[in-house]
Amino acid sequence: MDDCLHLKITRRRLLIASAVSASAAALPSLSGAASRDAPQTAAAPVQQRVRLRINGEVHSLELDTRTTLLDALREHLQLTGTKKGCDHGQCGACTVLLDGRRINACLTLAVMHEGAELTTIEGLGTPGRLHPMQAAFVKHDAFQCGYCTPGQICSALGMLDELRAGQPSHVSADLEAAPTLSADEIRERMSGNLCRCGAYSNLVEAITEAAGSRA
Amino acid sequence: MKFDTPSAENPTDRLRVVGQPVDRIDGPLKTTGRAPYAYEHHDGFTGGFADGLARPAYGHVLGAGIARGRIRSFDAEAARRAPGVLAVISADNAGPLGQGPRNTAKLLGGPRIEHYHQAIALVVAESFEQARAAARLIRVEYAREAGEFDLAKVRDSGRAPQDEPDRRLGDFAAAFAASAVRIDAVYRTPDQSHAMMEPHASMAAWDGDRLTLWTSNQMIAWGRADLAKTLGIRPEQIRLLSPYIGGGFGGKLFVRADAVLAALGARAIGRPVKVMLARPLVFNNTTHRPATIQRIRIGATADGHIHAIAHESWCGNLPGGSAETATQQTQLLYAGAHRLSALRLATLDLPEGNAMRAPGEAPGLMALEIAIDELAEKLGLDPVELRIRNDTPVDPHDPQRRFSQRQLVECLRTGAARFGWAQRNPVPGRTRAGRWLLGHGVAAAFRNNLVMKSGARVRLGRDARVTVETDMTDIGTGSYTVIAQTAAEMLGVPLAQVDVRLGDSDFPVSAGSGGQWGGNCSTAGVYAACMRLREQIAQRLGFRDAAAVRFADGEVQAGGRVAPLADAVRDSELLAEDSIEFAGLDRKYQQSTFGAHFVEVGVDAATGETRVRRMLAVCAAGRILNPKTARSQVIGAMTMGVGAALSEALHVDPRLGCFVNHDLAGYEVPVHADIPHQEVIFLDGADPVSSPMKAKGVGELGLCGVAAAIANAVYNATGVRVRDYPLTLDKLLGQMPAPG
Repeated sequence: MDDCLHLKITRRRLLIASAVSASAAALPSLSGAASRDAPQTAAAPVQQRVRLRINGEVHSLELDTRTTLLDALREHLQLTGTKKGCDHGQCGACTVLLDGRRINACLTLAVMHEGAELTTIEGLGTPGRLHPMQAAFVKHDAFQCGYCTPGQICSALGMLDELRAGQPSHVSADLEAAPTLSADEIRERMSGNLCRCGAYSNLVEAITEAAGSRA
Repeated sequence: MKFDTPSAENPTDRLRVVGQPVDRIDGPLKTTGRAPYAYEHHDGFTGGFADGLARPAYGHVLGAGIARGRIRSFDAEAARRAPGVLAVISADNAGPLGQGPRNTAKLLGGPRIEHYHQAIALVVAESFEQARAAARLIRVEYAREAGEFDLAKVRDSGRAPQDEPDRRLGDFAAAFAASAVRIDAVYRTPDQSHAMMEPHASMAAWDGDRLTLWTSNQMIAWGRADLAKTLGIRPEQIRLLSPYIGGGFGGKLFVRADAVLAALGARAIGRPVKVMLARPLVFNNTTHRPATIQRIRIGATADGHIHAIAHESWCGNLPGGSAETATQQTQLLYAGAHRLSALRLATLDLPEGNAMRAPGEAPGLMALEIAIDELAEKLGLDPVELRIRNDTPVDPHDPQRRFSQRQLVECLRTGAARFGWAQRNPVPGRTRAGRWLLGHGVAAAFRNNLVMKSGARVRLGRDARVTVETDMTDIGTGSYTVIAQTAAEMLGVPLAQVDVRLGDSDFPVSAGSGGQWGGNCSTAGVYAACMRLREQIAQRLGFRDAAAVRFADGEVQAGGRVAPLADAVRDSELLAEDSIEFAGLDRKYQQSTFGAHFVEVGVDAATGETRVRRMLAVCAAGRILNPKTARSQVIGAMTMGVGAALSEALHVDPRLGCFVNHDLAGYEVPVHADIPHQEVIFLDGADPVSSPMKAKGVGELGLCGVAAAIANAVYNATGVRVRDYPLTLDKLLGQMPAPG
């Protein structure tokens, strides 16, 4: 339970906050004139240097401060295994592990993470040498189009660490007891990662098997 | 290869590789993030990006802020002066554009605006952040015009579509009036969005007057033709590549704004440009499944034989758009001597309606299969038994025309036994588990099997590796894998010895991914090419009678002689190309796929919240080429059906004429916590009438009927009959039994 107290903000809370702000921003204006209130000039972008340790390798990047962690990975480092599904925290396709915790890479700016340690899907395994979680996904056909898959895999690994650390979820019967690795716990904790192909039933089986092999 | 007689025994019948539940061959690439999608072709990663091309610039699309009217003024000066901006493309400077026949509205609007979020500009800049920021500086003044956005309001102005005339048999009105038991009800299905995980994305690069476009598209040849027409160039000038597609569900059947604008942007700046539609733009800018209002009347004898059946459906679309064909399955699913089906299409100024997974059948069965449940209750008959009683071995409109296979009854019986249907309490609202009211529902699944010409090229390299090339796409359906299985079976080599290359307009034209025809037709095309290659191999190795030759275990055998396959390519490789062309059997026989869905739900007695607890699908779809990937198609469709039943609806803002919940927080697709363990049973049954592969489609069948099974289960749980999807709790509360 100790780890839980150190959490600054939960993933669920982050998702809720982002959904509200995104919906508000997306509402059209009734006047029929777009961007009436937009600034009329644009200043030159502010650049800032940031060092990130990604999959064990240190990268030093000079970035537009508006660059999300997701676009830093995809567009500046060509680490396109991390996917852009919504770019505002609603789908989970961009989930990576930041200092061991799962995070939506689209919801944070790269320059906020000086010195951070990141694990992306590319750091877990290769096609010839799959990580046990990746192998379980292939075996159980826990994906179809493959676009949410890297995010599901990173999220599953982060989720299992949260579970092992004793963090309760909405479906945990007892907030004091150690949560169990049940299908319901997996479903609840993975619900920030959408899969429109609908591989959920297989995803639970893959994650359960991979969790068992690591235990 | 012409396919005009039912397939006799052929090499795929061995089922050594075909029909086996092998893992997806693209799995290792997808699970490690190495499969390159449209926006991800760049240097040094997969080698996907062409040599010598400059780093791509970024395009950001601006969508129209009105649903209907004109752009009065368009001021992009500030955007053009913004840092990093390379070009602003709009109707003012894009030059004349054509329109592909498969698009209803223009992909670059202006000055005329046809729907909300129709693309009106592309800002191209050195970085994504710069393009997005500059797009906000564009000032647009509109002259808004009134439009029609409410289907209920315009339905009576609807007309019968030219290609979907009313169908009548016997005298429905008289027969219905004379029926002992009648139901007459109106059902509503909402606008729905594909909401695939990868937004529409394209990257364009010009070399002189030749365009290379990496995109995310289900139908390569359609896309190439329509893009050429739009840009005013010849199809041969375009190479379209779509090797990996992050979901489609019909939303990527057609070229969309990302493709056209990336091409225009790249042409304007003389450098590659990539464009991904921002998620909040996808819902109104692209296509959706149109809403329907459906009236169903069924008259039956007291012992449950349908005597008269009528299905009418109203929908709307932009002028020139097509109708949602929600009445089609009713023409074929149940018996009945007196029949009427009619579609009415009205004009709406909402975004373009078009195909989404199981177009027609999905919303049609959402209504019909509730109606059947209502009829069963009125008759006091079990709903499984009512469906069995009204099975028909022939097309009711043309009794000479038999179904090539029809296993609806077997699907229902198998499912009922497996699910424990006999234990269901037919009286609604009587089964309780703690706070949950439990209910059980059933629905039939039905979807026609369509066939489309499909080509492929197969190479046997000097290293004896087999390479298959076809412009077929894999949108998560498993095309890579079932095509590899087909080639491995036909040529007698291990699966690992086959390479499959897809989604490239340089390859032979395939059936593409749509209408659940892709799996059967594309593998049949590969079968045809492999038959050609077998002849060449036999000839090289000196076998006289190619038809008598067996290919197995890397060897070629006939008449007691055995030769290693590799001997045929010792000196040079062999290459064969062919296509499967379907001629007549689809008219002679009605080819359809069948299924039955069984669902258990719990409805919270106090809050009306519905949770799906158990799901079972039984499917009959010819030979199942790969039970593992086919099962995934079905569970995925069942999941989409849960969304359709309980949460998915695009909500129309009638003032603005747009779908107001245009992102993934507002448009609620099912999440992990919404989906229980799902069970799928495939009935055996190769169908020699469908193709040499004897397979049929399954990806859309899996969706058909799911939502109605859930709605029927909710009724069984609560006694509240909801005929207006989705079944949100507000429609249950107030009519539910008092919580006790």
